[in-house]
Order: sequence, then C-alpha cells, then structure tokens
Amino acid sequence: MTPMLRKIDRDVKRFRQIVRGVIKKEFRKYLTQGELIGRQGKHIVSIPLPQVEIPRFRFGQKEMGGVGQGEGEAGEAFEPQPGTEPGQHILEVEVSLEELAAILGEELELPRIMPRGRRTIPVEKLKYSNIRKVGPETLRHFKRTFREALKRQVATGQYDPKNPIIVPIREDRRYRSWHVREVPESNAVIILCMDVSGSMGDQQKEIVRIASFWIDTWLRSQYKNLDNVYVIHEAFAKEVDPHTFYHLRESGGTKISTAYELINQVVDTRFSPDSWNVYLFHFSDGENGDSRDTERCMEVLRDDLLPKLNLFCFGQVRSSYGGGRFKTDVEEAFPGEPKIVTCEIRDKDEIYDAIKRFLGKGL
Amino acid sequence: MNLPPEIDKARRQIETHAREYGLDFYDVVFEVLDYDQLNEVAAYGGFPTRYPHWRFGMEYEELSKTYSYGLSKIYELVVNTNPVYAYLMKANATVEQKLVMAHVFGHADFFKNNLWFSKTNRRMIDIMANHATRVRQHIDRYGVEAVEDFIDACLSLENLIDYHSHFIEREEKKERTVPGAEDEEETVEVPRLKSKRYMETYINPPAFMEEQKAKIAERRKRKRMLPEEPKRDVLQFLLEHAPLENWERDILAMVRDEAYYFAPQAMTKIANEGWAAYWHSVIMTQRALTDSEVIDFADHHSGTLAMSPGRINPYKIGIELFRDVEDRWNKGKFGKDYDDCDDREVRKRWDRKLGLGRQKIFEVRKIYNDVMFIDAFMTEEFCERLKLYVYGHDTRTGRPVIVSKDWRKVKERLLFSLTNLGQPIVHVVDANYGNRGELYLKHRYESVPLDLDKARDTLKNLHRIWRRPVHIETMDDERGRLLSYDGAEHKTTRL
Repeated sequence: MTPMLRKIDRDVKRFRQIVRGVIKKEFRKYLTQGELIGRQGKHIVSIPLPQVEIPRFRFGQKEMGGVGQGEGEAGEAFEPQPGTEPGQHILEVEVSLEELAAILGEELELPRIMPRGRRTIPVEKLKYSNIRKVGPETLRHFKRTFREALKRQVATGQYDPKNPIIVPIREDRRYRSWHVREVPESNAVIILCMDVSGSMGDQQKEIVRIASFWIDTWLRSQYKNLDNVYVIHEAFAKEVDPHTFYHLRESGGTKISTAYELINQVVDTRFSPDSWNVYLFHFSDGENGDSRDTERCMEVLRDDLLPKLNLFCFGQVRSSYGGGRFKTDVEEAFPGEPKIVTCEIRDKDEIYDAIKRFLGKGL
Repeated sequence: MNLPPEIDKARRQIETHAREYGLDFYDVVFEVLDYDQLNEVAAYGGFPTRYPHWRFGMEYEELSKTYSYGLSKIYELVVNTNPVYAYLMKANATVEQKLVMAHVFGHADFFKNNLWFSKTNRRMIDIMANHATRVRQHIDRYGVEAVEDFIDACLSLENLIDYHSHFIEREEKKERTVPGAEDEEETVEVPRLKSKRYMETYINPPAFMEEQKAKIAERRKRKRMLPEEPKRDVLQFLLEHAPLENWERDILAMVRDEAYYFAPQAMTKIANEGWAAYWHSVIMTQRALTDSEVIDFADHHSGTLAMSPGRINPYKIGIELFRDVEDRWNKGKFGKDYDDCDDREVRKRWDRKLGLGRQKIFEVRKIYNDVMFIDAFMTEEFCERLKLYVYGHDTRTGRPVIVSKDWRKVKERLLFSLTNLGQPIVHVVDANYGNRGELYLKHRYESVPLDLDKARDTLKNLHRIWRRPVHIETMDDERGRLLSYDGAEHKTTRL
C-alpha cells in the first residue's frame, strides 16, 4: 500500500539536513553555554531553533495578548493549559544523542575510538538466517511455505493451472530460524571525579557539568555499553549519584589521593580492566592539601590506576581563588605519558578546547 | 474512493440528510488514510502533489511528534476543490467517521457558497501539481540550494498580499502613459475662471491659485513616483518591478498564487468551522445518530468545542454565534425596537415568533467572513455567556493576566486579531527612495509594534529579491523608526 519512499521523506530529510547545518554553525555556542543540558531525554535532545523558521513581518507577541475564555475577573492571572501557551510558539527540534555526537565529532574533528582488543567481552547475538521445518507460527516464512506447497502440488499432479489454488499442508511449512553468534562487544565506564572543596564554586561546577555532558555524549556514541561512576572528594572521597555529584557543595581541605584510592578500588571490584575500557576524568581547582598527598597521588596513579585506564584526563578549573598546581605536578611526574591529558579551563569558552584535547587522542 | 462498506453506507445517508437540509456542495470524494498518511497530506496543506520544500518536512515531523505524544490528532482534512477531497482517519470509530463526514459536508457547502471563496480556483490540485513540476525543473537546472533559498525568501513575504484585491479594482486599468512633452513642462499652469480685471482677485483668489498649483505639482510628482499610490500587494509589485530572473519570477508568482488560494480559508476560519460544527451537530442529533452512539458522539463533540483559558476555539465561537443568530432571528431579536430596549428582562423574553433563523444563517454563510461575522453578531449577552475576556501579559512576571471582561474590548481585540489575518498591514510606498532605487515599505501602525528581530530577518529576504537597499518604516514606543538593510548590515533610524 505505502510506496517504498514517500514523498514527504525527502522533505523531512532536507529539513533534518538544514537543522544539522544550523546546529553545526552555532555549535560552539551550544557547546559552551550548556543550554542543551536538561533538555535531553533518554535518547534525544530537544533544541530550540527559532532561526530555522521563515521570518515574516509580524507583531511583537509579548505586547499583544489576545482573547481568551474561562472563569476569572479582570486583574486575575490564569494558568494556560500546557501545550496551549498563548503567544509565540518556538520551534523545537528533536535531535538524537547519536546525531549530536556525530556533529560533535565532526566539529571537533575527534577521531573514532578504537577499543582495545582484549577489552571486549563476547556477547551472544541471535541471527535469523536459517530455515527450519518446525517453529512457532509467528516465524512462518510465507514465501518458502508457498513455494514448498507449489512444488509438492506440481509433483503430485494436484496443480491445476486453470485454477491455481495452493493449499499448504503441515509438511510444507517452513519457519525462520536463528543461530547464535558471538559478537565481541566493548564496554566502557566513565569515572567522573570532582573536587567539591570550598574553593569550587557554582561557576566551576557548571563548567564541569557541561564538559561532562559532552564527554558522556561522545563516549556513548562510541561504546554500546557505557557505565558512569561519580566520585566526589574533599578531604575524603565517596561515590555518589549524579544529582549529588552536580549539586553538592562541601567545604574543607582537599586530599586527592583519597579519591584515586577509592577509584582504584571501584575499578578492581566492578570494572575489571580485562573487559572494560575505563576512562577517568578528574576536575579540580588543583589545590591539593599538602605536597605529601600529591606524592601519594602520583604513586597511586603510577602503580595502580594508570595501567588499568584507557585515559586519564585532568581538568584544572580556575576558581576565584586562582589556580592550584596539581596540573603542573601531574605533568612533571609523567612527562610524555600518552594516557594522560591535562588541561586548564579558565572559563566556559575554554570548554571547547578542553573537550577537544581530552577526546582528541582517540584512546 | 476506498471506503469500507458500512462507512460508505453512512456516507450516502448523511449526504442525503445534508442535501435535504438545504446544503449545497460539489461532490465529495472521501479517502481513508492511516495517521501517517494523513499527517503527510496535512503537512502539504491538503495537497500531496505540492512542490518539494523542507518546511513540509518540518510540518510533518511536528505533526508526527504531537500525534505520538497524544497531544493532537487530526480527525479529518477537507480540500477546497471540485470535487471536494476529504480525508478520514482510519483509526476513527464509526460514530466519529459519521460525525466527521457530516462536518465535511458543512465545509463543502461553505466552500461552494461563501462569497470569499467565489474567486478561488477549484482545480487547485492540478495547479499545485504544475507548480511542483516547474519547481523540480528549476531545481534540476539551477540546483536545490539556489531554488530553495529563493523559495524561502518568497515565503518570508507571502503574507504581504492584498486579501481583498480579488474584489476591488485598486487602480484603474488605464494605459500607462509614456512620459510625454506635457509631463516635462516645468511651469504649472492653473486654469483660471474668466473674469473682469477688477474681479480677478475675488474669482481667482491668489491663495487658492497657489494651493491648486501645489496640488497639481504634487499630482505630477506622484505620477512620476513608483508606485503612484501605496500598494498593499507587495508580491505583485515585486513581480512587476523587481530585477528577477525568469525562474525566480516564476517561483514568486507561484508562491503568490498559493498564498491567495489559502487566504479565504484563513479569513473565514470561525465562520467556516462554526458552520461545519453547526451542521454536524444538527445532522447527527436530528437524523444520523443511533441510540448506542449518543454517548460517544457527545464525548467527541464536546471535545471539539472545548475551550481552554488563553485561547479561543474557532469551532466553539463559530457554532455558538450561528446558534445565537438563528435564535435571534427566530425570535425577532433584531432591529430598532430590540436595540432600543434597555430592559434586560424584556430583551431576554423577547419573542416575535418570526422563524427567520435558518434563512438568516444561510445568508450569513453566503456573504460573511470572520471580521464581518464577529462585527455584526457578537453581542454583550454573547460575550457574557461565553465568558470571553481580553488578556495581556504581566510585565513583571510575563504571565498571562485577564485585562478586561468588557464586551466592547473583547470584540475590539478579537476583531483586531482577525483584521488582515492578525498581521501587520504593510504597503510599498516608494520604489525609488532617496532617488537611489531603494525600496521603501511602510507599516501602518495600530498601537502594536512589529517584532523587530523578525522584521530585520524579513528585510534580508526582501533584499534578496529587490537587490537594492530596503527599508520599512514602523513605530515603536509611539516613535517612528526606520529599519534598513543594504545587503551587508542592518540600520535603525529614529524618525
């Protein structure tokens, strides 16, 4: 009934192309201002795109008002029904996270990630490529069944070309059948770690939030199976849920080593490096409590964590108290280590470059 | 026609009922579509044969999205052609199909008989298909991007047409006189009345002569101006005077034709929907409903007519107005005696038993558009009964607030939102502004300012067509403003 390609599909495709173009053009803005966060559902992001609409001479809507109907006296405010908000309708376009990641990849020229060979686990997959004589009716192969019946009727002389009625009997039935294949699948876990000591203010957290969103979006497009772990630390480290991660604000000293120790533990117990690609992103203002603790950090990193990680990224967020020196410490302790990327993020505009540096290695 | 047998049977019955009630329409061809197909047809504005353009894709996505979220559902779609095409939604229950078909016959009658549709081309399906073919040819020749950009620019101006021009001769169809010797004359001679010398200053007073001289000079100047009078059909003006390639002119003409085709539907939304709702209600409740369908019908009917705060429902306003008019003309609630009566009780019980209601509403459907319909028949009692109000936005919170329940204000506001389809009225004033071939538009300000951001974007598109600097004069905060775009940058000048 429905033709293979409907006419409208072409127009829809063109529309999607235009939307993609607009998003690409303004990508830096989307990327740094974080306005897409909180607009995402499970698989899609809803992006307001008034610039796609065709402009016309029209009245400013705010001043305009209109005629409505219902109870109430002059001067009373009323609650417009959801979806029927009077006034201007702003075009919102839904974009899948996958597509967004693709745009991110194109804009930042990110290389695709090659998962390490040994870090895959075989997953059983069903493939329907066989035919059997028995099976559930839902899998009956109509064409094959028909053909068998036709063959049988011709062979037994029951076929009458003038009245070509084909009646399949039990023996004619054919069913689709599956066989099991083992497909290597790679898993990944992102460990996001944030310093929540007193010096990390709301602005700094906002930067972390935005950067995390994009890191997550990108890695999600690269791995089928992605897990997240959130760790916060000040003088002690603990694992938390995402909401706490982004909203908690504590004070007190900073002891980064506690975080690395905890992460090491988490990886050991839950994410065996044999089957997981492990990513660690650590955001801090770089002020560690004392230099002895920094030494301890490097020790944990060198001896325990680094061999298990795909990538360790350290983002040093400039806070109102200035920047610390943890970034420099890391760089000095591991000169030229390919698995480590460090970066200083002074304000929102630098998120763009930070992400590019973090993910630009393709590890 | 691919109607299932029981629906087809219902169609025949309903059609017979409709004709017996005096509805008069071209043949109606019904098609049953599933929601996806219906969304597609709706996205194309009822014409599946339209030219390719991304905004139809956008429309389709929007419809599919709201449908799948359960926010909206198209029950039916009627296309004003001969024969009328009407699309039914496959998933509708039988009683809904019956209601929708009755509704469709109402629309079909309105399309055929209402004055504002009298100039529309009923073979629009073919014309749309021709347009599509031509657009595709242009695309093959000049590339998707170029054609699409140009279509976008045209659509941006598509509301700058003169909705009444089908009915009024705006300018005398005189031959354009080639500027001849007489126009070149420098001195302006005012014809004098014959007089004796001593009477001269009385019969031809110098002040008057000077005035006449100025007038004639002004008229001369006007003659040299383009356009001579401000022109409302901006698209027409651009077609005639903008430096366009042939294919561009072709596309602009198409966009204009389609805009004029859809205009009467927008101008009669309330009357048309009201009329259709009135008739589905009459046909269903008086003839076509079976006992077991009553509840479902009532549920569906009330859903169609539901009002929500902050928004008026054209179905509801329309059907209520038609019923009110019918009732008033049945009881003779019109004319001087009734208007002069101040006693509300007497007015309420007023009944001259004239029985003119049906006749009157048929007359209304013949000659009225929405503006006239509301203007003529919206009364104080009506506004009160429907609990209508004017709302605005709280300047501080931005939330909608009821401003007034005074019926005169309600009516004024409603009429404003219907005049020129609720869009600003814009004229071409001068095509040689500053003697530099620049295009000067003027927005007729009526206390609501333009959306300046959109206006600037629109100017950009206008420049794409005019190819010289473009301007629009408007007002903002009671002060004049001139928005200009010269192809590179925007400028705003206080006037």
